[in-house]
Amino acid sequence: MGLDPERLAILRFLWRISVAVRKLRMTYVFLKAGTMQTHSENILAASGIVKTFPGAIALNAVDFALRRGEVHALLGENGAGKSTLIKCMTGAYRRDSGGLMLDGIEIDPRDTLDAQKLGIGTVYQEVNLLGNLSVAENIFLGRQPRRFGLVHTSEMNRRAKALLSEYGIDINVSSALESYSVAIQQVVAIARAVDLSGKVLILDEPTASLDAQEVEMLFRIVRGLKEKGLGIVFITHFLEQVYDLSDRITVLRNGRLVGTRDTASLPRRELVTMMLGHELLAAEKDVRQTETQAGPVHFRFSNYGKTGSIKPFDLEVRKGEVVGIAGLLGSGRTETAELLFGIEKADSGTAEISGKPANLSSPRAAIANRFGFCPEDRKTDGIIGDLSVRENIALALQARQGWARPLSQAQQNALADHYITALDIRTSDREKPIRLLSGGNQQKAILARWLATNPEFLILDEPTRGIDVGAHAEIIRLIEDLCAKGLSLVVISSELEELVAYSSRILVLRDRAHVAELNGAEITTDNIVSAIAASGISKGAA
Amino acid sequence: MDSAKRLGRRLLPQFIALALILALIWMVFPAFFSLEMQNGRLYGSLIDVLNRGAPVALLAVGMTVVIATKGIDLSVGAVMAICGAVAAASSVRGDPLVLTLALAIGTGLICGLWNGFLVAVLNIQPIIATLVLMVAGRGIAQLVTEGAILTFNDPGLIYIGSGSFAFLPMPVITWLVFGIAVAVLLRRTALGMLIEAIGINRRASTLSGIQTPVLLMAAYMLSGFCAALAGLIVTADIKGADANNAGLWLELDAILAVVVGGTSLLGGRFSIIASLVGAMIIQAINTGILLSGFPRNST
Repeated sequence: MGLDPERLAILRFLWRISVAVRKLRMTYVFLKAGTMQTHSENILAASGIVKTFPGAIALNAVDFALRRGEVHALLGENGAGKSTLIKCMTGAYRRDSGGLMLDGIEIDPRDTLDAQKLGIGTVYQEVNLLGNLSVAENIFLGRQPRRFGLVHTSEMNRRAKALLSEYGIDINVSSALESYSVAIQQVVAIARAVDLSGKVLILDEPTASLDAQEVEMLFRIVRGLKEKGLGIVFITHFLEQVYDLSDRITVLRNGRLVGTRDTASLPRRELVTMMLGHELLAAEKDVRQTETQAGPVHFRFSNYGKTGSIKPFDLEVRKGEVVGIAGLLGSGRTETAELLFGIEKADSGTAEISGKPANLSSPRAAIANRFGFCPEDRKTDGIIGDLSVRENIALALQARQGWARPLSQAQQNALADHYITALDIRTSDREKPIRLLSGGNQQKAILARWLATNPEFLILDEPTRGIDVGAHAEIIRLIEDLCAKGLSLVVISSELEELVAYSSRILVLRDRAHVAELNGAEITTDNIVSAIAASGISKGAA
Repeated sequence: MDSAKRLGRRLLPQFIALALILALIWMVFPAFFSLEMQNGRLYGSLIDVLNRGAPVALLAVGMTVVIATKGIDLSVGAVMAICGAVAAASSVRGDPLVLTLALAIGTGLICGLWNGFLVAVLNIQPIIATLVLMVAGRGIAQLVTEGAILTFNDPGLIYIGSGSFAFLPMPVITWLVFGIAVAVLLRRTALGMLIEAIGINRRASTLSGIQTPVLLMAAYMLSGFCAALAGLIVTADIKGADANNAGLWLELDAILAVVVGGTSLLGGRFSIIASLVGAMIIQAINTGILLSGFPRNST
């Protein structure tokens, strides 16, 4: 088929029209942006954001406003909704309802690429760039300068070098990204995000894997960007850094907005209260727990620790005692649990059970000592999603018995039925795959898995996280029942009221070390918050 | 009763597929279902399907278990060649039959142990870990046969490939008995459930006290064992060890058999019986195409 010149002309004409229309539309958007820009003080404003997942409300009518040229810290414990909010703003999730305004224009990013084009760039804790490509290629990935249809490498390197020198960094941009430190990679990621988006920069725990000097370098760069008028959202769990860098703080808790405050006028104690407690209803201890302390110490960990994970600590647990562990995210709560259960091997100290040294070098060894562990992350560490409720409950007992001595179908059924009734696990039948259950019921099934092994020492890491209010109360009731039956429990929770309600002792963690132990009448949410917030002041002394 | 009904419902799609394919072949080749007795053994196309499908069926047994652990074993074809070579070399040396078989199966177990070590202890992705032996295995087989096709004529060894027992060819008996034995072993003990748990969530399984590395190694060793049996049958059938062609690409057929049998490549729930039916479906298609007799240069 030869080319029909007439048809060609028509095609060319149509093409021109479409180009013209596109140009007109762009101009319109820019004009609109230009007129609105002057009116809005906020560069990014989210109002009434709602996001639900099956069985849970992740964000409940959350407002968030980011001003031009400010560093805004977004704080909250795990599951508070920080990352969900960020994902709604960067287009990784579509919000269910609520408005999102960028520069005064309503936006609805379809995906992260869309958000980047609109002007919202994100840098994550694990740099999500391509380590095997060069620094310059990473910065210009997907938009490399071209010449004759091919990548113009020298131009790209020149521009990358110029871009990075603005951040005070002089490196060889043609070397692979992975040959540089994480800090440099972070800066490259920031440079890419700012160059690509240029209005809003979201830093998701950027300092988690940096040392003090690198943090200082990063902060210098962030302050520079702030001067240029970017809005910067800063997510971290290091409170020092929040006070060091941020202008304002927004705190989320359980998917709700707790408040937005100026950093300068927010005392650290009050911030911790905002993150952890509802109101400090001084939930006083009743006398009953003091009675249980009479028994002898059954489990004793002395100088137990692991380098780089948690500093050596002492822990004594009596029979029928609940020891609570409190601390902020990243303070070493989960690390403590993993050490006690043998997921991580201790490299110092000893463990004793009723006076005899015990081997806790692996989960299996810990289970042999009648330990049990309900992990914080049910999905990845707890449930076996496709297996039935029955099989999930029977699993730990079966694993301890060994494969050659199977629990018969009838035994498994009896076990499952017993715990489904005893713990009130709501499921249509015991053969339902456990992944179809709601969070609270999954949690109860995992608890049942351990109770079936008849444990003596049970570690619960955030037993009430991400489950609805009704199930919440039931799990607390279960914890009280178990300790009445003589079980020793270690419970990690960021819900301070809960800890106060059932713990006979509370250990407080900060910066991967055990810093305080509260007994008897000392156990109040007030004291816990003080111990967590004591921070910088007592650091020299400790 | 209840579990029999569940197994029936699980296998229904595979049986329907098999029936459709057999019906299709029957339309093209009406003599497909005819059987006749000669020298105390049944002959016929149907028996052919069962007999020729033996290596893939055996491989599929081990492959099912490996895939259930969220793994894959690409090395089975090469392991077949190694084990066949070892058996032939041993037979040529004049070793007694028992020793020959023990050597071949021991070799298969060692190959499985190697794969399991890479996967369970060194935490290498299964597809990469087993690729090592897939590529290197034929070279090892060449070393054993010293580059030639080793032929032997020990009637005992040949019987494994072309003998008959209870009116059926030996390979058919082998895969039927072995496949059902493994299926029963896994379901009558807790192994099946523990393997499924590992395949669905390895970390959670370890935290529940399951000896994940041990079971993973056992799964790959079972796969090596199956490959050894398949290698023996193929070698005995042609009375010689061909390091280059024995079991060539059969790992892909075995994986296909598992998938046709309805076990997810993402691990978890598995059925060995379904994989065996899957292997027969594949063989029926192969035989059907050959029987319908399109000459290669027609059309």
